[in-house]
Amino acid sequence: MNQKYLIPLTTVFLLFLVAYTGVEGAGLHRFFGIVIPYLAVLAFLAGFVYKVLGWASSAVPFRIPTTCGQQKSLPWIKQNCIDNPDTSTGVCLRMVLEIFLFRSLFRNTKAAFNRNESNKLSYSWEIFLWIGALAFHYSFLVVILRHFRFFTSPVPSCIKFLEYMDGIVQLGLPGLFISGALLLAATLFLLARRIFDAKVTYISQAADYFPLFLIIGIAVSGLSMRYFTKVDIVGIKELTMGLATFSPVIPKGVGGLFYAHLFLVSILFAYFPASKLMHLGGIFLSPTRNMANNTRAKRHVNPWNYDVKTHTYEEYEDHFREKMIEAGLPVDKEE
Amino acid sequence: MSDQLKPDELLNKIDYAPGSGNWMDNTASVQIRPGMYCYAAKAESVQTLGLPNARPWNPLEEDWKLPDNWQEIVFQGLKDRLERFRTFKVFMDICVRCGACADKCHFFLGTGDPKNMPVLRAELLRSVYRNDFSTAGKILSKIPGGKALAGARPMTLDVLKEWWYYFFQCTECRRCSVFCPYGIDTAEITIMAREIFNLLGLNIDWIATPVSNCFKTGNHLGIQPHAFKDMLEFFVEDIESLTGVNCTPQFMKKGADILFITPSGDVFADPGTYTCQGYLILFKYLKDKYGLDVTWSTYASEGGNFGFFTSHETMKRLNAKMYAEARRLGVKWILGGECGHMWRVIHQYMDTMNGPADFLEVPKNPITGTVFENARSTKMVHITEFTADLIKHSKLELDKSRNDDFVMTYHDSCNTSRGMGLLDEPRYVIQNVCNHFYEMPPNTIREQTFCCGSGSGLNAGENMELRMAGALPRANAVKHVHEKFGVNTLGTVCAIDRAALSTLCEYWVPEVRVAGVHELVGNALILPGEKKRTENLRLEPMTGFEEEDDE
Repeated sequence: MNQKYLIPLTTVFLLFLVAYTGVEGAGLHRFFGIVIPYLAVLAFLAGFVYKVLGWASSAVPFRIPTTCGQQKSLPWIKQNCIDNPDTSTGVCLRMVLEIFLFRSLFRNTKAAFNRNESNKLSYSWEIFLWIGALAFHYSFLVVILRHFRFFTSPVPSCIKFLEYMDGIVQLGLPGLFISGALLLAATLFLLARRIFDAKVTYISQAADYFPLFLIIGIAVSGLSMRYFTKVDIVGIKELTMGLATFSPVIPKGVGGLFYAHLFLVSILFAYFPASKLMHLGGIFLSPTRNMANNTRAKRHVNPWNYDVKTHTYEEYEDHFREKMIEAGLPVDKEE
Repeated sequence: MSDQLKPDELLNKIDYAPGSGNWMDNTASVQIRPGMYCYAAKAESVQTLGLPNARPWNPLEEDWKLPDNWQEIVFQGLKDRLERFRTFKVFMDICVRCGACADKCHFFLGTGDPKNMPVLRAELLRSVYRNDFSTAGKILSKIPGGKALAGARPMTLDVLKEWWYYFFQCTECRRCSVFCPYGIDTAEITIMAREIFNLLGLNIDWIATPVSNCFKTGNHLGIQPHAFKDMLEFFVEDIESLTGVNCTPQFMKKGADILFITPSGDVFADPGTYTCQGYLILFKYLKDKYGLDVTWSTYASEGGNFGFFTSHETMKRLNAKMYAEARRLGVKWILGGECGHMWRVIHQYMDTMNGPADFLEVPKNPITGTVFENARSTKMVHITEFTADLIKHSKLELDKSRNDDFVMTYHDSCNTSRGMGLLDEPRYVIQNVCNHFYEMPPNTIREQTFCCGSGSGLNAGENMELRMAGALPRANAVKHVHEKFGVNTLGTVCAIDRAALSTLCEYWVPEVRVAGVHELVGNALILPGEKKRTENLRLEPMTGFEEEDDE
């Protein structure tokens, strides 16, 4: 077994137990139901802003987009306006496709080397990471949006509609939400990749397994509350509305499982800004994607550009004058 | 090259399955071994530029003769760069290690060494960043097991050596950055790492000496002005014997229309020399037909810029000559020859570093009237943009059949494809001067092109195993079109490619040779008053143009 994933797995288990026993055994309802969630949201907001401001405070000295298509040059050569944009509209389009459809990941290929027979390298389209990533991010987004029903009263109709669409398969009672099941499945797929794909195993850190286990923990506790153990949904809404309206209350009859779920979510929030999950913010600031490829047409200014020592033509001519004159090359000073 | 691995032995070594365990644990066992590294920079080359810690040293020796406070220098160096480059800071923070880049690197594909996966190459540095700069890393490292949880490690001599070994196994080709969902560009990280090395005097000689040459004599090869002129005149003689036309170029002519700058490799070694002859023929044609006045310069006689592989500052110091010379000569604008990294520097850095070029005019082709809008500010045009425009307007008289012996494919150079997007211009030129052109498979061309394996200053002789391993993906695609379509010539618009791909072909696909695009233009272009050509620029007889003995 690999300690890179054993440590994070154990950590998530322990976190779960801490909250569960803390509530069930020690009666720390207020701590896990009010103090921790507020602290977590605070840490998330402060951390997120701190991190983004930190990135923004670093200069962008050069305009260095990665160009993935034909540049704009001669009028009769067809430019690839999205993958090699020269205008901000093109950049926006490129960013939207990148952020919402993971365009670069869509290109993914898998290389294979066939020794002996043909000694050929071949590249096949590798779509599963893209599908897994899309499924994970969108199902997670839907799950989060659905949870707004706990923080709003009356529940806005768009949330209701989303919920309706999410449960459109009308399977079981209470009705199955596709997003929840998909979230768990996609997370397990991403985890399986890390464990079974040798290359990905090799590059993975504990910091890659931890958020996966954490999200699996959140998904499993959430799904079991909805479909299996059942919880006092009215009590929970009382608590969440209390948090949302800054008049927190601890309802009776809500069990440890809910508090454990809430605690894992809180950990995710607090952990977010300090981790790789900040790619959510970072992707907007990635200079290889968010800049137009028009550096030759429009001058980009480097805020810290400084003068450097160069070897001037005068120095050069002084050094080589005789040889230049002898070779019949023009010189500025004939001596 | 006698002690070099044979192609079969090299192929036997490829295994994409990485070992088990934590890569951080085997840092100390990283062996810098012959064939895979470049020799250390000579002290005098480092001195010319006034860069720190010039001394003789040897990477294979235990003692690298570092300054006592080297760790402090590394820390401060990283800190400065995190503030100066948003790329660096963002790329240190947001990688999720999804592995999409893992098998996109030619060095990984050719060696199977897991530390050549772009993600791990970057992690070599990130692990130290997390230890020294990230808040989470600092907090975590205080609790037991926290360092492992954060994936952090302190900066040690072993780590520095591992950095040195692997950041000189990256050619800054940016292929990984095409596939990264966040656009993380390993080239950018390698550039920062190499800047740090230069703070400690850890450059390689194949970069440091060309840089020093370029600074003093105007070009990487250290060709002095009179010799530079001699070399071009030698080409003039060759062309004259072939065509009967004298193509003597002008040097440093004040008030010329255009200053032409190309990599010095083109005047120095085959097959770049044929490309250079192509330029001479083209300029002669334009002079005679349309009166276009092009001048060369011995002071700005280098298009390439190995300073780019040293540090941003060194790049700026070498690049400054282009604008300085254009200003001194009073030309209207600058035309640049075929080169890869030269064009990344010109396209993405030059105007920012050494501009604004307000003393030049917006480039306009006086023959066709085309204004090069895409070069409005930098005022420098790529020669294939220029030639494509001439061909489009039917300003060149071409005989394609003179290139019938060339069955072409085209290699996009990394920098012009991923740092510029110059894809269709060279193809247009090739297709207008050649009858036979076949593309390599789509995963190996255009923005997905594979590096020659020798870019970013790694085209030395002593690291041949590394170069040939990195060359494998490109060679494999060339071999494919050679077998399928009978391709015998690999076209390119990069001077390093012309040298490196020749070695690559010799090793992997000996039946294929390398040619610059303007060599083909030189063959096809019909000079006013030329005699009947029977040979191409390589002085090989052309099929269908044999001397008619019986007349």
